[in-house]
Amino acid sequence: MSTFRRILRRKVALVSLVVISLIFFAAIFAPLLAPFHPNEQFQDGLTLQGAPIAPNSHYLLGTDLLGRDLFSRLIYGARTSLIIGILANGVAVLVGTIVGITAGYLRGRTGAMIMRFTDLMMAFPALLLAITLAAIFSPSLLIVALVIAMVNWVQIARVIYTQTISISEREFVEASRSLGASNRRILVKHIFPHLAPTILVWGTLGIATTVLLEATLSFLGIGVRPPTPSWGNIIFENQTYFVTAPWLVFIPGLAIILLALSFNLLGDALRDELDPTQRGR
Amino acid sequence: MSAFLELRNVRKEFHSPSSKRPIVAVEDISIVLEKGQTLGIVGESGSGKSTLGRLMLRLIEPTSGSIEFNSIDILSEKPVQLRKLRSQMQMIFQDPMSSLNPRMSVRSLIGEPLDIHKVGTPSDRKAAVAEIARKVGIELSALDKYPHEFSGGQRQRISIARAVINHPSLIVADEPVSALDVSIQSQILNLLMDLRNEMHLTFVFISHDLSVVRHIADRVAVMYLGNIVESAPTEELFNNPQHPYTKALISAIPQVKSHLTTSEKTERIILRGDIPNPASAPSGCHFHPRCPVALPTCSELVPLLRNYSEHHEVSCHLVDVASAK
Repeated sequence: MSTFRRILRRKVALVSLVVISLIFFAAIFAPLLAPFHPNEQFQDGLTLQGAPIAPNSHYLLGTDLLGRDLFSRLIYGARTSLIIGILANGVAVLVGTIVGITAGYLRGRTGAMIMRFTDLMMAFPALLLAITLAAIFSPSLLIVALVIAMVNWVQIARVIYTQTISISEREFVEASRSLGASNRRILVKHIFPHLAPTILVWGTLGIATTVLLEATLSFLGIGVRPPTPSWGNIIFENQTYFVTAPWLVFIPGLAIILLALSFNLLGDALRDELDPTQRGR
Repeated sequence: MSAFLELRNVRKEFHSPSSKRPIVAVEDISIVLEKGQTLGIVGESGSGKSTLGRLMLRLIEPTSGSIEFNSIDILSEKPVQLRKLRSQMQMIFQDPMSSLNPRMSVRSLIGEPLDIHKVGTPSDRKAAVAEIARKVGIELSALDKYPHEFSGGQRQRISIARAVINHPSLIVADEPVSALDVSIQSQILNLLMDLRNEMHLTFVFISHDLSVVRHIADRVAVMYLGNIVESAPTEELFNNPQHPYTKALISAIPQVKSHLTTSEKTERIILRGDIPNPASAPSGCHFHPRCPVALPTCSELVPLLRNYSEHHEVSCHLVDVASAK
């Protein structure tokens, strides 16, 4: 039975996969699914006192502080958040993994130099780095994703580095070397498969952090430019109404949690299925 | 016969960042092993026997000395040549649970040496894996399982299959049976001996268990704190041990004897203390603080490994005294 088939037999993983698929579906077909244009401010979108309107049959999830339809913004926001979550996080995981494996396998002077550079990046306040980078390059979705990746790869590199060291000291690596295996073979066949669980866990955990970091950047005015909605900036725009219109913060927050949780649970299932000693448990 | 594996004055120091003094795991060892011979290496934990085994295959780099395998100086071989050479010399590790990659099926584990050295076509390899599996006693239906699904003995059979599938000429086995139940030990030992005889292997068998070594080895070398203190043909060593350390080890082998022959009971020599820290080895003969018959000179002069008889070497000041009489 293939790994994919076995994953489908796990209920939790299946539900997660469905949730992720739904979010993807919403993001791709946003123009067809959204009842209104996400940036349109409606005359009847605010109360006479200028407060957002609670969810009703017309505005399914209510309106935001500018009288825009929250449901439509959420659907369009899924696009931004998914692109950021997957692109930024993907690049961060890729860079972090390559750096970590290289340093951990080479060790010695080269490894130490790479890791000192990583430490330097880690010691630098992430937000300050992001602000600096965003100020240098004019913010666009791609730039925001790359800035987030530049900030996030460091932790992954650290974790992968220590893991690579501990795995390359395990006896089966020495055994494989005693058989005459090349470095390439040892890395691909023996070390990488043991890193896969870590990469999966960090990769899926990172989606939530990434979406939130994007929200922070948006809030500071260097993220995704308003009025383009993203789940993060919807929360930040509306946080002043947290007490009177809590749905404006909770609903996009729930969406972020749902996305992150689904990726985490799917990642967990994938990790277990990739490990023959855990399979089917 | 010519030397098949020859180590000359091999030394290995480990440097730890916490102390300035290097840990001398192997101090100065020379070994000549002929083709087809089985050498047993015995010693306590910390005597450097595993390090010596790894040095023989250049799995770790010696600090100094030279190692020749089949008249090739393996220390000056380039990495690519060395990798090719590795199909000729194999290692069997103590704990197959940690020396077999848990994420690989038994089929790919046994076939890995063939993949690495690109031997034959895929169907040739498949046939070779099946043949060797049959030879070591792994059922063909079990080949798609993973190591954790096997018992300890079966796992060791898998690592033996991996070691012999490329028809090597030298095998270094580092405590291959000490992690196993006693009942399984003899099965694995017999398998190793069958394979050795069938494939004309030159064999280095590292163990702390003297009775196991006696069973399998032609020649035994006794190690203490990074040095060989005595080496002799197996029966000679067991019947006529010269070094006080060897005597103590042999007297410690459990024996079953009836009450009637108490007079034959050998005196058990009890060694006090532990093997010293190799970072600060005792002066002179490293064994003198624990030696029951040590003389004042023992703490000053380092004894050399000298011939006691033609094939029997021993490094002890007292043995020279005895033969001078």
